[in-house]
Amino acid sequence: MELQAVLMAAGGGSRMMDLTYNTPKPLLPVGNKPLIWYPLNLLERVGFEEVFVITTKEVQKALTDLKVKLDVKMKLDVVIIPEDADMGTAEALRHYQQKFKTDILVVSCDLITDVALHEVVDLFRAHNATLAMLMSKVHEFTETVPGQKGKKKAGEQRDFVGVDGTGKRLLFMANEADLEEGLVMRKSIMQKHPRMHIKTGLLDAHLYCLKKSVVDFLVDNKSITSIRGELVPYLVRKQFSKSANSQVNTEDNDQNQKKKDANANLEILSSSKDDDLLQLARERSCWNDHRGDMNEAYHGGKLRCYVHIMEEGMCYRVNTLAAYIEANRMAPKLFEEPPVHPSADVSERSLVGGDSIIGASCRISDKTSIKRSTIGASTVVKEKVKITNSIIMNGVTIEEGCNIQGSVICSNAVIGRGADIKYCLVGNGQRIEPEAERTNEVIVGTDQLMEI
Amino acid sequence: MADAEESEGIQRNDSINHTPGKIIKKQEIARAKNEGKELSKEEKQRLRKEKKQQKKNKKEDKGPSEKEKEKKPSASAASPAVTQSSAQKAPSVPAPVTTPVSESPVVSDKPSKSKAELKAERRARQEAERSSRHGKKEQGQQGASSKAKPPQNELQPVVKRLPEHVQVDDPAAVKKLAKKLERQQIPLRLDYGHKVSLFSHLHQYSRKAPLTQQISIPATVIHPSVVRLGLQYSQGIITGSNARAVALLHAFKQVIQDYSTPPNEELSRDLVNRLKPYISFLNQCRPLSASMGNAIKYIKKEISNISSQCKEEEAKKELLTCIDKYIREKITLAAQAISKYAIEKISDGDVILVYGCSSLVNHILCEAFDKQRKFRVIVVDSRPRLEGREALRRLVKRGIRCTYVLISALSYILPEVSKVFLGAHALLANGYVMSRVGTSQIALVAKAYNVPVLVCCETYKFCERVQTDSFVSNELDDPDDLIVTRNGKTHLEHWKTMETPTGGLLGLLNLVYDVTPPDFVDLVITDLGMIPCTSVPVVLRLKNVDQ
Repeated sequence: MELQAVLMAAGGGSRMMDLTYNTPKPLLPVGNKPLIWYPLNLLERVGFEEVFVITTKEVQKALTDLKVKLDVKMKLDVVIIPEDADMGTAEALRHYQQKFKTDILVVSCDLITDVALHEVVDLFRAHNATLAMLMSKVHEFTETVPGQKGKKKAGEQRDFVGVDGTGKRLLFMANEADLEEGLVMRKSIMQKHPRMHIKTGLLDAHLYCLKKSVVDFLVDNKSITSIRGELVPYLVRKQFSKSANSQVNTEDNDQNQKKKDANANLEILSSSKDDDLLQLARERSCWNDHRGDMNEAYHGGKLRCYVHIMEEGMCYRVNTLAAYIEANRMAPKLFEEPPVHPSADVSERSLVGGDSIIGASCRISDKTSIKRSTIGASTVVKEKVKITNSIIMNGVTIEEGCNIQGSVICSNAVIGRGADIKYCLVGNGQRIEPEAERTNEVIVGTDQLMEI
Repeated sequence: MADAEESEGIQRNDSINHTPGKIIKKQEIARAKNEGKELSKEEKQRLRKEKKQQKKNKKEDKGPSEKEKEKKPSASAASPAVTQSSAQKAPSVPAPVTTPVSESPVVSDKPSKSKAELKAERRARQEAERSSRHGKKEQGQQGASSKAKPPQNELQPVVKRLPEHVQVDDPAAVKKLAKKLERQQIPLRLDYGHKVSLFSHLHQYSRKAPLTQQISIPATVIHPSVVRLGLQYSQGIITGSNARAVALLHAFKQVIQDYSTPPNEELSRDLVNRLKPYISFLNQCRPLSASMGNAIKYIKKEISNISSQCKEEEAKKELLTCIDKYIREKITLAAQAISKYAIEKISDGDVILVYGCSSLVNHILCEAFDKQRKFRVIVVDSRPRLEGREALRRLVKRGIRCTYVLISALSYILPEVSKVFLGAHALLANGYVMSRVGTSQIALVAKAYNVPVLVCCETYKFCERVQTDSFVSNELDDPDDLIVTRNGKTHLEHWKTMETPTGGLLGLLNLVYDVTPPDFVDLVITDLGMIPCTSVPVVLRLKNVDQ
């Protein structure tokens, strides 16, 4: 077997707590399908037959119930991590290390994309890379986000990504938060790759192909908790480290010793694969990945990290409210189901726009107008309601005469008669009293307010 | 009595052998008659066996050899078609064929057959041979002797089938290929762009449309290391016939290691069938090279030679050691032997010209430098591959003094050159050298300047193909490689939609190989020694006899 797919669905959705305090993030409806359906659909389309899903107990229970509705033919091996352990992604990998027998493809559950996955995997295969990841150009979100006061702060937590001339080899990766005074770059990188393109407008899709030796390395190095936060920058840095060449023990510091052992481990684990024959083939082959210096292909380095940067196409990570709204708008393009579910009861005298999606078992009454919106399953919309640019989740009841614009109404909410909701977020199970007028508010239950 | 015997013989012949045997037996009986003996069945068999022995000793007799060839396979092909019992006699049947044939002038005056009967015989013989060509393989001993005379086979009235990779403009051949690939569950790679009409019979693929687009991730039908290899071929990460052959054998080693025999199958047969789709896949990624083809033939032979008594583990271990041995002998040790011979030809003060990046020639030059020879090297390079840069890097890294020119400066630089060393992709059976495009030009110009041209090639790259031009069988690389951007302008960016003044479409041609005639090559240095170009068929024949 070549690759094992691992779906990380244990994240809490910490940046959109208003949406996720009641519904776990993997089950948030996007385009009337649970969020977890999108990466699973991506994996299924390329030909995976089994997926290893790491998630929480709640989601696991829901998945076993929902399994039929997920419409996924692959075999899902759902395992849980204990909720109180607060594990990072790398820790989860370490926990289930014995399940991984080959190289792994780690996908995050909040990724919605139509990328041609073979581009990423081909980089991984052809160059025998240690890491291959996917990135995409950031799309600006144009929709107004409910509950947001003022403009979004620009330049928050940018990622600095350095690639070489071909745009495929990953040379440098740092997050703005980790850089104190400025960008610090090793001289060895500049010597080996004098031309580097540094990009900041990239979105990390959290899709990684990792070699088996990396998983084994994780087992030995318990200090790494997060794949994106720690492992990936570590691997990118390690490509150019000198520890492989010089094994001199400068200090007897325990920390240093452990680090050196760790480094040695990675080198040993990744070099054991390189057969003598492969070495011979590479020597005899007249190919080099760079020009202009006297080094052989890959500068003789055994660790290589590659990135595929998507120029066009859809790639969203649904981890903020703005992204959630945008994804809802764009996600229907990914599947060919009819916008109006056949079991929905839509009255003839209502106006449902072509770009709206109506979920299963809905009841849309007369004289309603629904434009550019997503209506979830089992929702009841009474007469004379105007819904524009909104996302209505499952089980919502909207009484007559309401006007909902640019809002997100979570599951099981009830909007009273004649309410006028603009750019609001109504939490789970909330009731909006009739004739209410709310603009740009986040209406959630008192038990969910943050404790200070 | 003679007539009675004759008729008896004829009748017996009818019952035992097919019509072709008629003449043979008749002549034999006639001879026996002449010798004044009355032959019994057993004695006739013994006679046949003796004649077969004589025939083996007379293998070099080329005079009636054509006729022998004709009758031998036909007879051998005919006999299995008849009965199983005659299969035993089949090996011996051809034996008496030969000797009586040589005596045919003696007995030709015999009014034995009418013309019509002879014609019918010949027709039946041809049909039998055509239909049971596969039966030839069972005639083991004939196989050995027939292989020893490969050229004679071509004189038979059977048409030799063209390989499909040179028949891309024939829709029937393409359909056949598509069906075969579908059966093996390998996706078909589509051709890209308009081809120059002279080369429209060859495949032309684009590097931006890899074959992996159409197979599933993770690869289940094809072994992952074969997928990786195919990707590396099509992207050009592994180029050069030695590197490709070594990488191929490495991938096959992985395949064999991961292989497990299904319950009711034999390893020797099933593994070969398992390898076939992989080979088709690699062929789709990039057409196989001659070195790869020979390596595949060797592996298939080794696998089929595994006895069924062998346990799976032992068999696998044996195969792996065979592969290692092959690489060690044919590539590594051959390179050492060749450099030993070649170093004799390099003298102090030489100016050596090399073309492109040949792993063998680089190896030779580095070894010569290590042995303290004083020489300098001129590296000639050509677009679009510009492989000479890599050769230049390797030589300069060693410390050899180098000059770098493009092929357009060849005639300018040649007066300085004292020798030309060329690598080869394959050596063809008629002495032509198949190598990177541009090699024949170098050889031509060198000949014009009277500079000796030495080709270095291992024997495992010798191939039984015959080619006199570079058109019939070649490889077309990605045409987009020819597009270059200078000063921010890419003139050929939209070449696919450009039209020529005469109304046709523009085609970009990126040839990979060309053939150099043996008149331009002065010496071929192989691991068997230094031979002239025309001795290649001899080496091929020796190889076949060994096998």
